[in-house]
Amino acid sequence: MNYEPPRGSPIADARAPALAAQGGCKGAIRIANVVKIYGSEGAGVRAVDDCTFHVPAGKITVVVGPSGCGKTTLLNAIAGFHSITSGTIHLDDALLCGPGRPKADPGPDRIVVFQNGALFPWKTIVENVAFGPIVQGRLSRKAAFEKARMMLAETGLHNLETNYPGEISSGMRRRVEIARALMNDPKVLLLDEPYRALDSLTKSVMHEALLETFDRNRVTIFFITHDLEEAIFLGHHVVIMTTRPCRPKKILTVDIPHPRDYSVLTAKRFREYLDETVEAVHEEALKAFAAGERER
Amino acid sequence: MKESAFAGDMNVALAQGPTAVLAKPERGPGRLESSAYRMAQWLRSPRPYLMLIGFALFLGFWYLTVEVWKLPRFSQMPGPTAVITEWINPDPIYGLSLYSPEYYQHIWVSTRRVLIAFLLATATGVPLGLLLGWSLRFKEYVFPVFELLRPIPPLAWVPLAIIMFHGSETPIIFLTFLASFYATTLNTMLGVESIDVSFVRAAYCLGAKRRQVFWHVIVPGAMPFIFTGLQISVGVAWFSLVAGEMVSGQYGLGYLINTSYTMVQYPTMVIGMITLGIVGYVTSAAVRVLGNYLMQWRARELAMGAEA
Amino acid sequence: MQGAVGFAERAGHILLSARFWRGTLATAVFLLVWEAVARAGLVRVPAPSSALVTFNDLMRDPSFWFSWYLSTRRVFAGFLAAMLVGIPLGLGMAVSRILYGIVFPVFEVLRPIPPLAWVPAAIIFWPTQELSIMFVTFLGAFYTVVINVIDGAQTIDLRYYQAARSMGSSSWDIFRRIILPGTVPSIVVGATVGIGIAWAVVVAAEMISGGGSVGSMGGASGGGLGFFIWNSYVGGSYNQIVVGMISIGIAGYISSALLRKLGELVTPWLHEQ
Repeated sequence: MNYEPPRGSPIADARAPALAAQGGCKGAIRIANVVKIYGSEGAGVRAVDDCTFHVPAGKITVVVGPSGCGKTTLLNAIAGFHSITSGTIHLDDALLCGPGRPKADPGPDRIVVFQNGALFPWKTIVENVAFGPIVQGRLSRKAAFEKARMMLAETGLHNLETNYPGEISSGMRRRVEIARALMNDPKVLLLDEPYRALDSLTKSVMHEALLETFDRNRVTIFFITHDLEEAIFLGHHVVIMTTRPCRPKKILTVDIPHPRDYSVLTAKRFREYLDETVEAVHEEALKAFAAGERER
Repeated sequence: MKESAFAGDMNVALAQGPTAVLAKPERGPGRLESSAYRMAQWLRSPRPYLMLIGFALFLGFWYLTVEVWKLPRFSQMPGPTAVITEWINPDPIYGLSLYSPEYYQHIWVSTRRVLIAFLLATATGVPLGLLLGWSLRFKEYVFPVFELLRPIPPLAWVPLAIIMFHGSETPIIFLTFLASFYATTLNTMLGVESIDVSFVRAAYCLGAKRRQVFWHVIVPGAMPFIFTGLQISVGVAWFSLVAGEMVSGQYGLGYLINTSYTMVQYPTMVIGMITLGIVGYVTSAAVRVLGNYLMQWRARELAMGAEA
Repeated sequence: MQGAVGFAERAGHILLSARFWRGTLATAVFLLVWEAVARAGLVRVPAPSSALVTFNDLMRDPSFWFSWYLSTRRVFAGFLAAMLVGIPLGLGMAVSRILYGIVFPVFEVLRPIPPLAWVPAAIIFWPTQELSIMFVTFLGAFYTVVINVIDGAQTIDLRYYQAARSMGSSSWDIFRRIILPGTVPSIVVGATVGIGIAWAVVVAAEMISGGGSVGSMGGASGGGLGFFIWNSYVGGSYNQIVVGMISIGIAGYISSALLRKLGELVTPWLHEQ
């Protein structure tokens, strides 16, 4: 209730003109007054409440909140897996969902990388990566496979093409999954705690790989996590969420230039950002714990 | 899900940096070698010897109780030597052995019935199960009727099947089909329902249409359950076939068992039982092999899990 | 689970749901089509309405209920024997590698022989027909029970053993406090499936031994629902066949439901949510 939109921060203002043109990047998302109530109205659970913020194009925006706070609900609304109760979500001035259109259509302009990974276990790596263009009918099978091989080579994953996802490490699987997403030239990548199941050492490798990929493609990234360090390390912007109902509590612009590498973690600036936000996150974690929100 | 199995890979990834690649596992000759290796491993373990003890005990018990001690009740049963000598006798006492063409005719007739029923059940049960799992609306209409009929065991249909269908062949195939059909449909439906929703969502995200999601996600995703269902289906097919053949019909192993009982040709009866077991085992092994062939991703995944 | 209020509320929910009405509609359509097909003589089956009339008549016939009793007794005798033999055997095989190594291959060789193929052999071996039917019923449930017990014991999480060991448990403690309760859920599954098979087997065994095409096996002395069906077929009263089939369906359904309920009672930790 004591939410105060931080002034002066461009991303807090949903009415600000879309930053789509900036640097030729596309994929700005404007989330305005989004409410999501599960179950019947009145008696249902309010997962997201009056949530407003802006995901600028060509930037990494990280949403931080305790487990089960409702941030995945927001991601599902953007991706088109769930409807919203009220409010609007725009992608580059096109309405994704809003009044009269409660649910967005899922499509290859916004691709999700899932928490537990969703490479099809029954398709080889190269078949997985080539899947998008083939089902969309954008490329022939042959061309799609060629592009997929190039894409894999670019990320250093060649030689894995004929393997099945079950045969490679989970870290590799995450990277293949991102390659599969990038095959479609999406405007936005939606990452739902993709590194949650990894150990911290593999995670650090994954972070650098993700930043490398980002520098090459400059795709808008909407990243969900409950790990504050991960958020500050990766994000241009960090949105700290309140726990159920979920809405921005604090929005932080991380002024550390990209490309970043792991030396950032020990930098003074990084520590300062962490100090600035850790209190807010901890407060929400306590609230979530008290509310009996269990780890999902 | 099986993340823990790959904990070791972390070291590889770290040592070689973010562009690490995994060596391609050897295929082809490697597989042969490994099966020879596994054979040697097996022979070095106590398992084959325990198995021998098991069979020796089983056959010994049968032999001693029936043929040596001639215990009451047991003495009326055919003993193992009587069965085996009859089975391999070129000139069988009761007219049926490995050398008589009639023996193979019984096997063939039964196998053909099972095969027809199994194929029919697969052709109808798999699509029905896929639809039941895929469309909630369809399930809401059809499943209650399915569940209404399912508690009636297929074998209780015997007389009705005889009345409903002409001849002696169709009723038996119908009974066999019915049992298989339930198993296949139910497992296929469970298979679709077991698919992680993330796979479906990922496919939609990547621009797949509903029909493509069905073919690229639902069908392969349900495959492991479908094949479990098909294995059960073969098993229950033999199960009900025997009852059908015993009650009505001419030829077939169930018929053979029943007639040799009434004509007091007990060794032949046991030959029929053993043959039934062997043929049943072979058919279900064939389904398993086919399943492994069609789901190589799964076999390779499991092999990885075992090594890691 | 809050008594009558909760029940009434749940019943109300079911009555209001579209799902319930769709199911009811589909069932009604199914019965109507069956009725029409039977009346038109397209397939030689008795119509549901005439079967219902026969059912109503049979309700007052004590011999019909006696068939119920006979079949139920055989099913439960065979089933209980299968549990009594199968659970210890399965647990033994799960605990002892030697026992597993000796028994399991023999078990696997015998398993593909369908239980009904044993009917004649059982009749030869057992002194009474009653015992031979019970034996075949036992076989039907036995394999499933054993397989489920072994499977359940083998899939218990290794960490439970390690935890128990580190807390100083003896082997007996581990068996009693981990293996036994850890196997109970799959015993319940095995029992539920097993009793279903037992019903399927008993019906066929009664038909084959009591009144199959070979009249020489005991004649009409067998009784039971399977025999009831077969006798109705031989006597040409086709309505009774349908009644018998439905009776077996109901009996099997009730037995499975009872076992499931019992299973929920013995595995409270699985149903907390």
